Amino acid sequence: MSTARPSGHLENPALAEYFLDHAFDEMFGEHGEIRPQYRELLEALTSIPRDELQRRKRSADVSFLTQGITFTVYGREEGTERIFPYDLLPRVITSAEWQHIERGLTQRITALNLFLHDIYNEGRILEQGFVPREIVYSCQHFRRQMRGLQVPRNVYIAVAGTDLLRLESGEFAVLEDNLRVPSGVSYMLTNRRIMKRTFPQLFRSYGVRPIEHYTQALLGTLKSLAPEGRPEPSIVLLTPGVYNSAYFEHTYLARQMGIELVEGRDLVIHDNVVYMRTTAGLKRVDVIYRRVDDDFIDPLSFRPDSILGVAGLFNAYRAGNVTLANAFGTGVADDKALYAYVPQIIKYYLGEDPVLNNVETFLMTDPVQRRHVLDNIGSLVVKAVGESGGYGMLIGPHSSKAQQEEFKRHIEANPRNYIAQPTLNFSRAPCLQEDGSIQPRHVDLRPYILFGDKVTIVPGGLTRVALRKGSLVVNSSQGGGSKDTWVLSY
Amino acid sequence: MLSRVADSLYWMSRYLERAENTVRLLDTNMGLMLDKSSTSAERRWQRVLATIGKPEGCEWKGDVYEFVDQLCFDDTKAAAVTSCIVLARENARQVREEISSEQWQRLNRLFHEVTKQTDSDRSELRLSEFLPSVVDGIHLFQGVTDTTLSHGEGWQFIQIGRYIERASSTARLLEIYHHDSFTTMEEVHDGFEYLEWIGLLRTCTAFEAYCKVYTADLTYDRILEFLVLDADFPHSIRFCIDSLVNALRAVQQDSRGHHAEELMRLSGRLQASLRYGQISEILERDAGIYLRRILDLCLQIHELIYEVYIRYSVQTALAM
Repeated sequence: MSTARPSGHLENPALAEYFLDHAFDEMFGEHGEIRPQYRELLEALTSIPRDELQRRKRSADVSFLTQGITFTVYGREEGTERIFPYDLLPRVITSAEWQHIERGLTQRITALNLFLHDIYNEGRILEQGFVPREIVYSCQHFRRQMRGLQVPRNVYIAVAGTDLLRLESGEFAVLEDNLRVPSGVSYMLTNRRIMKRTFPQLFRSYGVRPIEHYTQALLGTLKSLAPEGRPEPSIVLLTPGVYNSAYFEHTYLARQMGIELVEGRDLVIHDNVVYMRTTAGLKRVDVIYRRVDDDFIDPLSFRPDSILGVAGLFNAYRAGNVTLANAFGTGVADDKALYAYVPQIIKYYLGEDPVLNNVETFLMTDPVQRRHVLDNIGSLVVKAVGESGGYGMLIGPHSSKAQQEEFKRHIEANPRNYIAQPTLNFSRAPCLQEDGSIQPRHVDLRPYILFGDKVTIVPGGLTRVALRKGSLVVNSSQGGGSKDTWVLSY
Repeated sequence: MLSRVADSLYWMSRYLERAENTVRLLDTNMGLMLDKSSTSAERRWQRVLATIGKPEGCEWKGDVYEFVDQLCFDDTKAAAVTSCIVLARENARQVREEISSEQWQRLNRLFHEVTKQTDSDRSELRLSEFLPSVVDGIHLFQGVTDTTLSHGEGWQFIQIGRYIERASSTARLLEIYHHDSFTTMEEVHDGFEYLEWIGLLRTCTAFEAYCKVYTADLTYDRILEFLVLDADFPHSIRFCIDSLVNALRAVQQDSRGHHAEELMRLSGRLQASLRYGQISEILERDAGIYLRRILDLCLQIHELIYEVYIRYSVQTALAM
């Protein structure tokens, strides 16, 4: 792998360790020239002394901690609340790049909602063989209970977070869709608030597009999905509770929207109507923004051992007395194997070519593709379709022979449960290191999409960072961090 | 307001009040130790233990420093100051969207200050700085609560928690002192000297307020009168019950069944007995029994609050 230095910036000691190779660099072009949208940032960084930068970083850290902007780490005794590591340098996206992303995401979510409506009703796309039936019916997130059920405005996915990567060519591609209970939007919003305080002048001169209206848009989306005849719907956010890793986010969103944050034990169902227990007695609930997975939401209809949900909720939903966002059974559309078919799905329902491409994906259910993967496992990334957050994953080039053999056995035993993708050398953005130097680290981007009576995508998203040098894993549960994403208005 | 939220706000407030009471009790008694006093250390610290309800596993073993350290930092013990603050914060964390972010930040900072204390931080000197700093932290939290949170239902439940805890702890403190001064044979009434009365008043932050009313002439009946019946002093039982009744009235909902009536009747009767009570009468009968009765009523009020607002049955609620 050839490494080069960015040309013309060597006089900047902070960049002494900056390297370029064939991965796309967000700050420098192919020949080491700085991209125009990063010029001002780099100049500002050069003019701020290193210890001043460190001071700002520390003050931001303290702010995150005292505000309790933390996530809960599972399976550790000590310090179960941690601040989500973040990087002080923003990632900059130009207006033209964003327009392209926005168009692609709108197209994708529209098609996926049509797809969900179709498979839970007529099933035309399966009938006509554009998507194999087995893929849908064998998906662990497919919910038979949803067949023939009409959901308000045919919106299945009201809230989505789609992970994008930038490939070596500079083009954005979709890595995966998160259509069940996508999280992280609170970090997008709080990162922004802290960054405004950390680099006020820079922020002002950059012309960054605002994202603060996200919560209002979310509330509007939820409102638009209320059951018929409930013009002033009562909306709640359902959380699994204080031990959930995203609990901070749940409290944050509920407060920003001014809605009640409820747990399963706060809800009561009577005659298929959902109520919450208040000090003034029982109060009817019309829309639930649920952050509890399907499996746990109703012990009567799904997992009987769940204590997080509400017995009878599914019946109240079926009776049309309450709306759930997202609907039950949306998980089938973010199944990692189904992902390979999304370009066909877009084409089938909208008659368009996808604006944002998929990453090349090998299906283990196909014997030819499986053979290819088994033979080349050392250069591929293998993922279990039912897992998220970076669990159940093999990164070929960083794995041992024994791990590879183990995954081969898993694949052969249960091909439906795995997919493989090439190991992507996705883009890197400048990050501030502990020692004050600036080095490139791999980043992805998760914009948040709202789908109600219209599609809203606030300009930005959560840029996740693989904090360790060379690492390709950006998930927070695996030690990744985040940075603010600046979408420019020009 | 969600019942669970009211419950959490109530306990957040109670735990902080409890932490503050314990800290002041420890701080005052540590301060008195430095003066010559006829009361033995043994008796003094036994009294402290009794005042905080003889928590399980806490014993007086002869070492003041170890004793106080244990009651401050041993978070395996539910009564320890750190445990109370951890529990208060845990309750706050469950209702973060219901309290102001200023409140949360203040409480969170206090939590980090208290829990990061390491063994090496906990010398006797540091302890004497630590105790008042906890009280400061709690006072700041209360100030922030009063200035940043809407004085609606949530705030009222915070008041209810604070005043029911404070009324109970003042009643218990007085009962223990009463019991101690009249039943311990080693020193009878007149041996119970000035310093002890100052200690009692200081534990309730009442010394200066008392002097303004009665001058520095400290006598048992006046102290009792002040801490039980004074209308204006925030730590007197009467003041606490008045505040409690006001808060209960503010959250009172119409037609909430007979439990609600019972709650207003019981708390109103307690309020009336304090408002129209006389110290001579209380002393004539038996102050110990009178104080224990107040403690009982506080407990019953607590139970009824649960019946009316938090644990009510769904059947009754649907019928209404």
